[in-house]
Amino acid sequence: MSDDINAYEARITALEAKLALLEAARAPRAGSDWKGWAERYGLIGAWALLILLIGMARPDQMFAWNSYASMFGSNAMVVVLTLALIIPLTTGDFDLSIAAVMGLSSMIVAVLNVKLGYPIVGAIAIALLAGAVVGAINAFFILYFGVFSLIVTLGTGYFISGIILWLANSGTIAGVSMDLVNAVILTRVFGIPIGFYYAAVLTLIIWYVFQHTALGRRMLFVGRGREVARLSGVNVTKMRTGALIASGVIAAFAGVLYTGMRGAADPSSALAFLLPAFAAAYLGSTAIYPGRFNAPGAFVAVFFLSTGIMGLNFLGVSSFVQNLFYGGGLVIAVAISQLIRGRKPMD
Amino acid sequence: MSHPEGGATAALSITNLSKRFGGAIALDGVSLAVARGEVHGLLGSNGSGKSTLIKVLAGFHSPEPGARVELYGRPVLLPIPGAEVRKLGLAFVHQNLGLIPSLSVTENLNIGALSTGTAWAINWRAAHAKAAETFAKFNLALDPRAEVGTLSPVQQAQLAIVRAYVDLQSLGDPDCPGVLVLDEPTPFLPRAGVEQLFDLVRRCTATGASVIFVSHDVDEVRELTDRATILRDGHRVDTVVTASTPHAAFVERIIGRTMHAYGGAAKPRPTGAPHIKATGLAGGGIGPLNLSLAKGEILGLTGLIGSGYDAVPAMLYGARPATGRIEIAGQGTALAVMTPELALEKHIAYLPADRLGQAGVGSLAVGDNVALPVYEKLRGAFGLTSSAVMAHAGQLGAEAGVKPNAPHLPLSALSGGNAQKAVLAKWLQTQPELLLLDEPTQGVDVGARQAIWDALDTTAAQGACVIVASTDYEQLAQLCHRVLIFARGQVVAELTGGALSKESIAEHCYRSLPRIA
Repeated sequence: MSDDINAYEARITALEAKLALLEAARAPRAGSDWKGWAERYGLIGAWALLILLIGMARPDQMFAWNSYASMFGSNAMVVVLTLALIIPLTTGDFDLSIAAVMGLSSMIVAVLNVKLGYPIVGAIAIALLAGAVVGAINAFFILYFGVFSLIVTLGTGYFISGIILWLANSGTIAGVSMDLVNAVILTRVFGIPIGFYYAAVLTLIIWYVFQHTALGRRMLFVGRGREVARLSGVNVTKMRTGALIASGVIAAFAGVLYTGMRGAADPSSALAFLLPAFAAAYLGSTAIYPGRFNAPGAFVAVFFLSTGIMGLNFLGVSSFVQNLFYGGGLVIAVAISQLIRGRKPMD
Repeated sequence: MSHPEGGATAALSITNLSKRFGGAIALDGVSLAVARGEVHGLLGSNGSGKSTLIKVLAGFHSPEPGARVELYGRPVLLPIPGAEVRKLGLAFVHQNLGLIPSLSVTENLNIGALSTGTAWAINWRAAHAKAAETFAKFNLALDPRAEVGTLSPVQQAQLAIVRAYVDLQSLGDPDCPGVLVLDEPTPFLPRAGVEQLFDLVRRCTATGASVIFVSHDVDEVRELTDRATILRDGHRVDTVVTASTPHAAFVERIIGRTMHAYGGAAKPRPTGAPHIKATGLAGGGIGPLNLSLAKGEILGLTGLIGSGYDAVPAMLYGARPATGRIEIAGQGTALAVMTPELALEKHIAYLPADRLGQAGVGSLAVGDNVALPVYEKLRGAFGLTSSAVMAHAGQLGAEAGVKPNAPHLPLSALSGGNAQKAVLAKWLQTQPELLLLDEPTQGVDVGARQAIWDALDTTAAQGACVIVASTDYEQLAQLCHRVLIFARGQVVAELTGGALSKESIAEHCYRSLPRIA
């Protein structure tokens, strides 16, 4: 009898050891498996592949450092605009007003500096403040009245585009202070306009906040589970307001870079950057930290998309290809990432 | 009033109905007959099998082979095809009523015809007039053009019942007036509303239809039904003629006659001055009530559905609007200004019942879910790193027995019991002075259940006060030093020491209602 019990005890011990092994095997460390690694760095691989493919047809242009230097510089404000977008996306709100805020800020800098003779630093400060005000207005309508963010920011964005036309008196304003132009595009480091480095530094800052601060991780909880965050003592309203204001200020900064890049401001061209920012934000969320909106992913995505467009231009395709590439890129990127994640609903 | 089962065939007859879930038997050879024009009560406590029975009838579950179901003498194919249940002469009104609040009364009334009908134009004037005519027949004051969301809860329940009745009538078979199943329609209604509803039910049966009335509430069943069937642990205990069955006889049949068999854990209640006091706690039809707990005490809150016990933890935490005061070690706070943020500052923690909707985020790592309240403490020289978060959560997970203890997995990858251990560890690490829990072991396997109880015992032994809201009487008897029974927002009984057992809790829950009527 006791032999039986001892035999069973031994079998139980053996089974428990086996179970522990299985459990350890079932729990691989994050990112160490091949599939996870491929998902994280797949976009960078695709970028390299794109360069090689187009480079085979147009090696002179595609393998020239100069092409990349100017492409990096001229897309700095798209990176900044995408970074502005991923902040409210992380806390669970859409911000469709970012491109309009970029245009508004661009126009404010030009009007104040050129027409009213403000010093350039003062003009920039007022433009950034205007971005913050738009963010606060968005937050007020979204949070106080409980209107869906998509609708509120669609409306405020369109409203602002009207204000821009009024400010501009429907024309382009040129002759912005050369100090700004110097500080954005004319000064070059390793051949790349300095504006690119601003975007890179901002990417690093937002990466650090998202990944290495309590604030960033709580923002993720606010976006994924508002009720969980609230019941865990997170002030959800404050977080969402902060995210929308940050988005406004950073979009305004993109507008400052845009003005600096051209030394002028026009009332409508900035609005066309909304879709590239969304395409890059979503494409970026499939890379580096797959499944969440992240700054390095957004950074890589912007340059992946603009490399593609640059390459197609080299191949002699007309300018309509830009729309095809950004629009198609957004849908295909999101579809591929859904396929990888087994068609689970996105969050 | 008597309804002999003989004469005409029964409206609904169920023979030898069984249902197993894995190894557990939820229904064991239940037979039951509902006569024509009868209101038939279906009574039983949680887990007695009454909701399984209703779900088999509605076609959600397939019964075990050997069962037989007949409607007006015609055998029904099993499993019952869910989509065709209505054509067979069965209509259901569930507790959530199934109305669309933003549509009008007429639109809701005709929703079946509107969503599946083939007519391409709707004559609204005629539809409204027809609805008004129907309501007049039942003596109901419902405006056909009103938006359903603006109706009172009683009116909404009336509309849902009339809709089900009209659906049955539209079959147009005089030999088959239909069986209406009302699945707990009353727990959230005021007393006067319940009477209006009963009047409506009687008008339906006067036309020959039969009604199955599912309820927890003995008094309502006694008032409304002609006969009643009582289920316990998956068995049909008895079918009684209501008029000749006293209240006590019902209660005995629902909870069984084993009150002395099991004495409960009878933990000695911690003595000492009250450490936590809530005074004048009120809100949402609850209270005002006063609670006080000594250091190390585990207090259980329970009652029937709708009695309000389950709102108390959220109210104390500031997650639900409330008035009154809470005092911790002499320091008072008004509950009107309480928020979860402030509650955490006062060392109050709250674990809601909805594990992946309120307690944790399924798509985020277990480690992040666990570390959320203590991120600040995990910061290193470079700020917060994932490895620090995961190491911290891994350590807590090992202590709490989370399996697999892999903090980088998403919370949704864990089983119910392990996810619950993880979200409990999230709050235990903050060393709360008052820990509030809502159904802490719902959907949790037996092993994890014991682990969670042990963790709560340890926390209490270290001096925390614990409040557990639950309908699991066995859990309350095992875990708590003291249990308060709620009915209609008030505490009606307090059980402690030797008087605290699974059966005594059940008894007080079912006997609670007459005392405050």
